Amino acid sequence: MTQARFIEEKIFRGLMLAAAGMVAGSLGLILATVFVKGFRALSFDMLFKTPQGGYYIGGGGGIANAIAGSLVLGLGATLLALLVSLPLVFYLNVYLRRRSRLAFFIRFSLDVLWGIPSIVYGAFGFTVMVTLGLKASLLAGTLTVGLLIIPIMARSMDEVFKMVPPELHEAAYALGSTRWEAAMKVILRQAFPGLAAAVLIAFGRGIGDAASVLFTASFTDALPTSLFRPVATLPLAIFFQLGTPFPEVQERGYAAALVLTLIVLAVSVLARALTRRVTRHSR
Amino acid sequence: MDIRQIKDAIARRSMGLVALGVMSAAFLVGFGLYWRARPVLAGRRWTEILFSAAWHPARGEFGLGGFILGSFWVTAIAMVIAVPLSLLTALYLSEYASRRTREWSRPVVDVLAGISPVVYGVWGMLVVVPLVRDYAMPFLSSRLKFFPFASDNFTGFSALAGGVVLAVMVVPIMVSVMEEILRTVPPEIREASLALGATRWQTTKKAVLKKAWPGVVAAIILGFSRASGETMAVLMVAGCALQAVPKSIFDPAYPLPALIANTYGEMMSVPLYDAAILLAALVLFLLTVLFNAVGWGILLRLEKREG
Repeated sequence: MTQARFIEEKIFRGLMLAAAGMVAGSLGLILATVFVKGFRALSFDMLFKTPQGGYYIGGGGGIANAIAGSLVLGLGATLLALLVSLPLVFYLNVYLRRRSRLAFFIRFSLDVLWGIPSIVYGAFGFTVMVTLGLKASLLAGTLTVGLLIIPIMARSMDEVFKMVPPELHEAAYALGSTRWEAAMKVILRQAFPGLAAAVLIAFGRGIGDAASVLFTASFTDALPTSLFRPVATLPLAIFFQLGTPFPEVQERGYAAALVLTLIVLAVSVLARALTRRVTRHSR
Repeated sequence: MDIRQIKDAIARRSMGLVALGVMSAAFLVGFGLYWRARPVLAGRRWTEILFSAAWHPARGEFGLGGFILGSFWVTAIAMVIAVPLSLLTALYLSEYASRRTREWSRPVVDVLAGISPVVYGVWGMLVVVPLVRDYAMPFLSSRLKFFPFASDNFTGFSALAGGVVLAVMVVPIMVSVMEEILRTVPPEIREASLALGATRWQTTKKAVLKKAWPGVVAAIILGFSRASGETMAVLMVAGCALQAVPKSIFDPAYPLPALIANTYGEMMSVPLYDAAILLAALVLFLLTVLFNAVGWGILLRLEKREG
């Protein structure tokens, strides 16, 4: 009997190590695949030229349209989400008491919104467009992606506020400040790096999502010039290029995947560095 | 009232308004989809749409049954892989790993969660699909000629490939929720068990998991919900051919989100087609909202009790 439980211990320790190794290994494998495959097709033209004639059957050009489009759309959507998330988390953490019923319900709504798949947001964006008589455009795509990343941004901001010591609020109130003054002059400063990290995380998620922009932003070979025209995005560029039967076009899809992954990696490294600055000051 | 208090009052009201907007957003999304899906519901019964697998838009037949089953099939395969993987990883991180390992695990999980679904799709096409085609399928399908293995689809684009890619995609959410829940288990419980002479695994199994299981269930529900809504990666690797009933893990599968994404461009050409697609989105919406409400409901309740 005593032997059996030690054997069981060893078996499960081994299984756990194997599982953790597989999770870490799959990340390594994904990154290695994208880097190895993408690096070969990456070139100056890829990054700085828009698709030329016959691009999707092997003609010259690059994905500058998608890179520029993704950045513009991602920035717009992030700004939009910030305009909603920041007041929301201030309301949650400065004006409402932590245990209040309303705070519970708001957090619950955010969680539910967070769980709605991006394709559903895309479809919803489409219904709104049809109802208002709009065409697929940068504006529609930005609004849809903005809606998609609001819960992502707000939830990570909420986590940041949890780390602000309550004494900081109390000290501000004791000095006679209103809640608004405490929020703007004290809490915002303390939480700033963490909030910036939350914004970056949301940007990374927004820029990588394809299902929400499929109906709403459509695709184009031109650089983004107007809010009311379709816009190209990196995820869709990857998707369409891999969908062609031509190996040289698919190769360029891999390069686009590398560009997108590099952006997402840079964003998460930056976010991590910022988060470290917040946690350093809290207990 | 002086200017400072007026400012404060204005801020409170306008922030409250934003909060109201966020709280009603889910209803708005659901209602918007329902409103546009109504034409296809007129004259058809819910049961007919949900359970019939007859999908012939040109003839006006819009049975979503095949796609709903396809979703469940791919998601089930993903969960069979992802649940043990996530649970073991989370247990390792919370019960066994050193502080340093745990700190290293954070960015790994974060980056896994942040990678674009399309990049997962690329990886699936380059690595998982060939593995299924060249190794898993020839090995299993020729030896085990029964239910979930027998198949004549030799392309590798299959429910299994979709399930594997989905599994990797939902691991981050499940690991992070599970780990957080395991860490709320008070250390005294572990110490008491270890002091009685239990091994670490016995402690984990009989003390820690016993306390943490509602949270673990919630994490699994959330993972399931996330997997059933994933679109692009599955669209790229699962083959996407309609099956009335899934017969094999090596057959192509056509889940609900892939249907919505795939009809982009063609759905305005056939009457009622767009309404049917938005109905599919509504079904997906209701499914994920229900699952998330249950999952997060459990977690928020636990958090309330702990606090």
